[in-house]
Amino acid sequence: MTTTEVQARPMDLLRFATAGSVDDGKSTLIGRLLYDTKSLFTDQLAAVEAVSAARGDEYTNLALLTDGLRAEREQGITIDVAYRYFATPRRKFIIADTPGHIQYTRNMVTGASTADLALILVDARKGLVEQSRRHAFLCSLLRVPHLVLCVNKMDLVDFSQDVFERIADEFTAFAAKLDVPDLTVVPVSALKGDNIVTRSENMPWYEGPALLHHLERVHIASDRNLVDVRFPVQYVIRPQSRVVTDYRGYAGQVASGVLKPGDEVMVLPSGFTSRIAAVETADGPVAEAFPPMSVTVRLEDEIDISRGDMICRPNNAPAVAQDIEAMVCWMDETRPLRVGGKYAIKHTTRAARAIVRGLHYRLDINSLHRDDSAGELRLNEIGRVRLRTTVPLLADEYRRNRTTGGFVIIDEATNRTVGAGMIVETA
Amino acid sequence: MTAPAAYQVTHLDALEAESIFVMREVVAEMERPVLLFSGGKDSIVMLRLAQKAFAPAQVPFPVMHVDTGHNFPEVLDYRDRRVAELSLQLVVASVPEALASGLVRESADGMRNRIQTPVLLEAVEKHRFNALFGGARRDEEKARAKERMFSFRDEFGQWDPKNQRPELWALYNGRHHPGESIRVFPLSNWTELDVWHYIARERIELPSIYYAHEREVVERDGMLYAVNDFLPARAGEERFKARVRYRTVGDASCTAAVRSDADTVEKVIEEVAATRITERGATRGDDRVSEAAMEDRKREGYF
Repeated sequence: MTTTEVQARPMDLLRFATAGSVDDGKSTLIGRLLYDTKSLFTDQLAAVEAVSAARGDEYTNLALLTDGLRAEREQGITIDVAYRYFATPRRKFIIADTPGHIQYTRNMVTGASTADLALILVDARKGLVEQSRRHAFLCSLLRVPHLVLCVNKMDLVDFSQDVFERIADEFTAFAAKLDVPDLTVVPVSALKGDNIVTRSENMPWYEGPALLHHLERVHIASDRNLVDVRFPVQYVIRPQSRVVTDYRGYAGQVASGVLKPGDEVMVLPSGFTSRIAAVETADGPVAEAFPPMSVTVRLEDEIDISRGDMICRPNNAPAVAQDIEAMVCWMDETRPLRVGGKYAIKHTTRAARAIVRGLHYRLDINSLHRDDSAGELRLNEIGRVRLRTTVPLLADEYRRNRTTGGFVIIDEATNRTVGAGMIVETA
Repeated sequence: MTAPAAYQVTHLDALEAESIFVMREVVAEMERPVLLFSGGKDSIVMLRLAQKAFAPAQVPFPVMHVDTGHNFPEVLDYRDRRVAELSLQLVVASVPEALASGLVRESADGMRNRIQTPVLLEAVEKHRFNALFGGARRDEEKARAKERMFSFRDEFGQWDPKNQRPELWALYNGRHHPGESIRVFPLSNWTELDVWHYIARERIELPSIYYAHEREVVERDGMLYAVNDFLPARAGEERFKARVRYRTVGDASCTAAVRSDADTVEKVIEEVAATRITERGATRGDDRVSEAAMEDRKREGYF
């Protein structure tokens, strides 16, 4: 790769989450993607080979690449979400690699929260298992826009088209019951490299792209919401300087929509309106700002705006709501979520306190059965909750906006992040 | 909803936007942030991002250099120039002073990497810093691959990798009790190559030792170390001149150079894109101690 090639085509960024256990060959798949895109370094590989040999593994255990912590190596388990990076000339990729067994839901929800795409692996010999359905459900709950099912170990089923199609059909039927906007199914052998980087000659019946080809080209630009202008004010920039006087800019990252100078805007919760005077960056003013740009917005009128306020459009605004209906995933092992419990909430750049007014049901993520007799949510459990907040949240439904629809719940005594919420309705 | 191609950003723009967001969150929510500035390329990029995040205002926090006393003169010069240019407040946490006062003792191998930690923690306590920006990246090392953007440290500055706060969306939880602190890593999602592309794009000046130059070195444990006051040649080691550059800049007694002809940022990018060895693996004696050397140091409060 020469410098001119590196700079010729601007790369974009795709974040994806992988889910599955060691048995599915997930680590092998990630190892292969890293290796075949030259993102795995010889000293990393040598270290893994040495540790594998010392442990008496029969093959180079690529799981050791991602299992970086001492406890993980000693116990042969993966504890936490690990982030991996690779790039091709087209795209840079961030993998959130989530472990399959321990704290599964918590980690998967964390990894999926920022993912453009989720990659689910199944073993072709075993077909869909409970875990595959759970993965698919969590991806749909977290609104991951693109889903890829990799039917792995095709070499062990003689690259059989029948086996592949049976699994693909079954998964497609299941996904139809969920909210999965885009599903791609790829037959692969991670160990042998079939359909990972290049199309496999062992499966001429498969007409789709190799996995990497799909990851490089899947269209993610349209996943961003460019319609609803939402600019959560993060910080007010007021230079204390003799050179720059009377400057007042609202710094933040565009959550959705497009902001342009001259646009009429409304500021919540006050409801005051003004026009955008300028959209600025340190490199100068820009004609438009859109997600995920971090910019500074200046308004024509001086109105009182502070962190946690939201700039939107007068005819397209989020709800201003203190009563929130949300799906909540509980993430704390020590204390369960209980009705009547009080917590801190972080939603966009806004902080609030909230009380749990009701728990409508707990969801069995394997059967999707709703248990409306549940009195609490324990670690890794998901349920529909009604919250009342001390100050209004400026919120959209999570299905419409992942940034203004998501929040985290924090235990006020321990300061730990104990839950993740996705807003279903505001009242 | 069809988006015109124009509404796309490059990966560098996306990374920059994320880092700026993270830095603004810290300043908005935490009272006493500080940026750890070593004069290394990652901390230099981080400082550029800080300038951008708060422009046209000044960078609203001080920078801190943990000075091991084993410095490359080029790096110290660079630090002082940058600090003056940006009118920054510089806090120096000095290992030589801590040695003199008895806070720490020289380790047997003479490396000062590990004894930096108590010095850092003492300075944090003295200045009551509660948020420390660090330039660590997740691609550097496997213990760092599981690090959060906002990483909680207890009152002893310790990291508990098994007990980290889940980090969802861009909702970072910086809450802590008095005495506890948060390490913040705005470059978490950057790779070495991203950092170099950004340095090229932004035309960021670096200390000259990052580019190829002639230097007198010895070969030790398969790595090339510059011969200097803190690192004399050992008996039997042959001193020779080589054309080298540094991929990382740390304590001068444990940071090695690599052979290189890359004397411009473009050539460095070409070299980094083609290299098959990680930067810490190639240049850091401190990471070679054991399989979990970085994790152990991080648990104790290392950055």
